[in-house]
Amino acid sequence: MKKVLMGNHAASQAVKLARVKMIAAYPITPQTQIVEELSEMCGSGALDAKFLKVESEHSAMASCIAASATGVRAFTATSANGLALMHELLHWAAGARLPLVMVNVNRAMAPGWNIWCDQSDSLSQRDTGWLQFYVEDNQEVLDTVLMAYAIAEKVLLPVMVCYDAFFLSHTYEPVDIPAQQEVDKWLPEHKRDFILDTNNPKSLNALVMPDLYMEMRYKLEQAHQAAIPLVNETGASFYKAFGRRYHAVEAIHCEDAEVVLVTSSSTTSPARLVIEEMRNRGIKIGLVKIRMFRPFPVEDVCRILCGKKKAVVIDRNFSFGKGGIFADEIRGALCNETHRPLVYGYIAGLGGRDITPELVREIVEEACQTKHPPSLALWKGLIK
Amino acid sequence: MDYFPYLRKEKLPHIWCSGCGDGIALKCIIRAIHNKGLDKNKIAMVSGIGCSSRTPGYVDFNTLHTTHGRAIPFATGLKMARPELTVFVVTGDGDATAIGGNHLIHAARRNIDLKVLLYNNHIYGMTGGQVSPCTPMGDYATTAPYGCLENSFDIAGLTVAAGASFVARSTVYHVKALEKLIEKAIDKEGFSLIEIMSPCPTSYGKINKKGANKNLVLAQKTQSVPVNKAKDMSPEDLKGKIVTGILADRDIPEYIKNYDMLTSQKK
Repeated sequence: MKKVLMGNHAASQAVKLARVKMIAAYPITPQTQIVEELSEMCGSGALDAKFLKVESEHSAMASCIAASATGVRAFTATSANGLALMHELLHWAAGARLPLVMVNVNRAMAPGWNIWCDQSDSLSQRDTGWLQFYVEDNQEVLDTVLMAYAIAEKVLLPVMVCYDAFFLSHTYEPVDIPAQQEVDKWLPEHKRDFILDTNNPKSLNALVMPDLYMEMRYKLEQAHQAAIPLVNETGASFYKAFGRRYHAVEAIHCEDAEVVLVTSSSTTSPARLVIEEMRNRGIKIGLVKIRMFRPFPVEDVCRILCGKKKAVVIDRNFSFGKGGIFADEIRGALCNETHRPLVYGYIAGLGGRDITPELVREIVEEACQTKHPPSLALWKGLIK
Repeated sequence: MDYFPYLRKEKLPHIWCSGCGDGIALKCIIRAIHNKGLDKNKIAMVSGIGCSSRTPGYVDFNTLHTTHGRAIPFATGLKMARPELTVFVVTGDGDATAIGGNHLIHAARRNIDLKVLLYNNHIYGMTGGQVSPCTPMGDYATTAPYGCLENSFDIAGLTVAAGASFVARSTVYHVKALEKLIEKAIDKEGFSLIEIMSPCPTSYGKINKKGANKNLVLAQKTQSVPVNKAKDMSPEDLKGKIVTGILADRDIPEYIKNYDMLTSQKK
C-alpha cells in the first residue's frame, strides 16, 4: 500500500512490520515522531510490543540491550547528543553480540546548539562495533530498517540506520508499505542460541581475562566481515520479495567515467541530478553512493574507483584535525591499489546548511579543473 | 521597574508560547535580583535543555546553555572555580528530574551553594509534549496517548529528603510570593531549590483539554494551598493540590565552606 509518509513515520511503520517486542526511548528532536507513533501503536494494540518511557538515552539503550538479551526484537531511536550519551552502551550492545536495531536521525553536535542535519553524531560512533547504513529517501528508510533486522539477526550485531535530519525525517514522500504477511514471510521470528533463558540459566557478559578477550574481539570482527556479502545477499532477497534493490554501494554511470563523485545519504539525490546533466553535456562522470559505512565496503570501493582519474567525495561531517570521514575511509581503502584515483575531499552542509545541485556542480567542476587535490579538506560555502 | 538593564534586548522576543509561565517566572527572577541589589556581573546563570533552559539566552549575566540534564554539574564546576559568583540554575522537570535526576539529588546531598529555579510544566514542552517524570498519573502526552501510567515525582519533597538547605514551591500565579522566595534563596547559603509551577498550554494544556490558556494559570490559584494550611489536611484532601511556600529552611554546612575549612586545616 502506498502512503505519503515523513521519514520518521517510514521508520515507525517498519518497526511495526518487523514485529518488534520492546521499544525504549527518550525524546530528542528530530527523532521524536518515530517513538511518538510507536507509543500510539503500542497503546492501541496495533503493535504487540512494550513501550518504555525512560529517563535518558543511556537508559533507553540499557533497556533495549537487556530486552534483546532475552531473545526478543528491540528498537530505539535517537539523534546527536542522545546518541553520544549512549556511547558506553553502544560498545556494550556490539560486544554482547545483540541484534538490536536503532534509527539515528543525523543531527549536528553541540555547542552551539543546532538541531539540523550533520553526520558527525553517528560517524563519531564508528568504532563501537555497530553496523551503520546511511540512506537516501523515505522508502529506503522503511526498507533498510526491515533489512537491518534480517542482517543483525544473522551476524549477531547491532545495526544503526542513519538518515538526514529534516531533509528526510520531516519531509513527506510516497512510501510503499509492504503487507504484514509478506514481511512475516521474509522476516520470520528469529531464534538465538545465547539468550537469557530461565530453563537454561546462563551468566552473560561476565569478566573476561586476557586469555580470551582478544579472541572475542576477533570474532566480532569476523562477524563484521561476514556482514559484507550478507548485505548484498539480503538486498537481493529483499528485491525478490518486494521489488526494490539495495546494495552496500551503488554505482551510477561508473563504467565509462573518468571522474566519480562519492556521496552518502540524501546528498546523493542532488548529485544524481548533477551527474545526469553533466553527462548530457558529454562529461564522463559517475556517482557512487556509499550506503553501508560499517563494515566499510573496501572491495566494492576499490573495484569501482580503481582505474578512474579522480574521486570527489562530499562529506557532511568532519573529523577535526584530519578531514571528511568518508573521504578518509576511501583513501584508506585505496591506499595499496596501484591504479587508485586522486581523492578530493570536500566538506559541505554542516549543521543543516543546504547542499544544492548548484553547490554539487561547483564542487565537481572545481575538482575537474584542479590538477592535484590539496592534502586538507576543502570547505565549501563558508561565509567570507 | 525597568527590566531591560537585565536583558539582552537583541535576543527578544523570546520563544515561549502565549500562556506559558516561563516569562512570568523570568520577571520574578529579575525583580528578586534587582531587589537584592546583586551586581549582574557577579551572577552566573546555567541551564540545560528545554523551554526553561532558554532563559539564560535572554539575560545579561554570565550565562551557560549546557547539555540536557547536566546544568547542575556544569554549575557545580563553575561554583567551585569561582565561589564568589552567585550561581543560578534554570531548569525544568524533564531536564532536572529525568535525564539529570541523579545530579539533582547529589548536588542537594552535597549542599553546594546553587540557586536552582526549576520550572515544572508536567511535560517535555520543547520537543512537542512527551510524557515527563512530572506528568500526573492518568494525564495525556504524545508518548502517553492513553494516559500516563507512572507516578510523578514530588520534586520539592525529593530535594528536601536529599538534604538541601532551602526548598520551596510556588506558582507563576503567585508572582509576589515567588519573588520573595527567590530573594530568600539568594540569601541562603547552601543548595536552594524553588519548584515553580509554570503551565504549558501548548504541549500539556491542549492534549489534556484544559481550555483557554488563562485557565491553566487561574487554576493555580484554586489548586494552591499554603504549607501551614496543608499541615492539617489529609492526603486525600491534598490530592491535586499544590502545596506552596517554604518546605525546608535549614542551617546545614555548605559544601565549599566545608571544603575550604578542611584544606586550610591541612596547610
